[in-house]
Amino acid sequence: MIFLELFYTFFKIGLFGFGGGYGMLSLIQGEVVTQHGWMSMQEFTDIVAVSQMTPGPIGINSATYVGYTSVINSGGTHLMAILGSLTASFAVMLPSFILMLIISRWLMRYSKHPRVEILFALLRPTVVGLIASAALLLMNNANFGSFTSSPLQFCISVALFIFAFVALRFFKWSPILILVICGLSGGICYGII
Amino acid sequence: MLFNLFIVFFKIGLFTIGGGYAMIPLIEKDVVERNRWVTKEEFLDLLAVAQSAPGVFAVNISIFIGYKLRSVKGAVVAAVGNVLPSIIIILAIAVFFNSFSDNDIVNNVFKGLRPAVVALIAAPVFSVAKSARIGWTNVWIPILSAILIVTFGVSPVYIIMIAAVAGVLWGELKGGKQ
Repeated sequence: MIFLELFYTFFKIGLFGFGGGYGMLSLIQGEVVTQHGWMSMQEFTDIVAVSQMTPGPIGINSATYVGYTSVINSGGTHLMAILGSLTASFAVMLPSFILMLIISRWLMRYSKHPRVEILFALLRPTVVGLIASAALLLMNNANFGSFTSSPLQFCISVALFIFAFVALRFFKWSPILILVICGLSGGICYGII
Repeated sequence: MLFNLFIVFFKIGLFTIGGGYAMIPLIEKDVVERNRWVTKEEFLDLLAVAQSAPGVFAVNISIFIGYKLRSVKGAVVAAVGNVLPSIIIILAIAVFFNSFSDNDIVNNVFKGLRPAVVALIAAPVFSVAKSARIGWTNVWIPILSAILIVTFGVSPVYIIMIAAVAGVLWGELKGGKQ
């Protein structure tokens, strides 16, 4: 029964997937491609690409897509596949949902406790480092284009980066407006070139 | 209130491109500044907790904020609102638009979006540093964590765990002195 297997597999992925979407992808690959053989490596790579390009958390995007493709590849109909995708995305959320409810209750009750305050006095600066490193790790050729092989794309990317940074940090523009402007600029600039 | 919660997280889910960290400026704007559902400090604490819990970072954040406002019902509404755009868009692509990632226009738009997403993650570093009260005494903490992650490839989960253990020990030490 593929639905039960999908549920169990993605529940496990949700339970052991630490460190956000990217950490989860290697778990999904191990379960879905290697263990169950629900799809080929090529299909999985395509799913990862689409999950990164579409809005929403990467973990949810890939669970939805993998659930759909797995059922189709096992000979299911489109309707069954949609059910499969809902099963996978529900199952991947369930463990952290239960855990986060417990943590939230605890956090709200004890956040004023002196020892908890000391704990968070140390955790807050650490999170700043985490966000900084996420930004630094993303400043790569995949996001900006390579300076040597595509200098024009690199220059446009740097210009868009500076625009987005200044608009958000100093002019407090809405992040959504910034994304729309940069997406349109990309579509127009690269469409003309 | 529940409807407003749903709409805010639906919007956040719809415009989060490239993973959970890209959500930070959207949450800062809508949840912290506009609706004042959590304070800046609470938001930072929440980032640490959501990062160290398993599962999807963005969904974990929505669960906490929903729970804080309207208990379990709020948590369900916020989480569903957050993932619904993903599910709708991915299903639409899977059913109707198989060659999504080969489409030229899509690729051009994304070449423009990617550097902007990096900026949307880089810019909050400074506002978040202010709420974390970064000064000369503790600036080494974010710098050291960033070096460990970027240069040595240490998983952020371990960094949070080390900081948490250090925080508990420090609390013990201070508690013992009183």
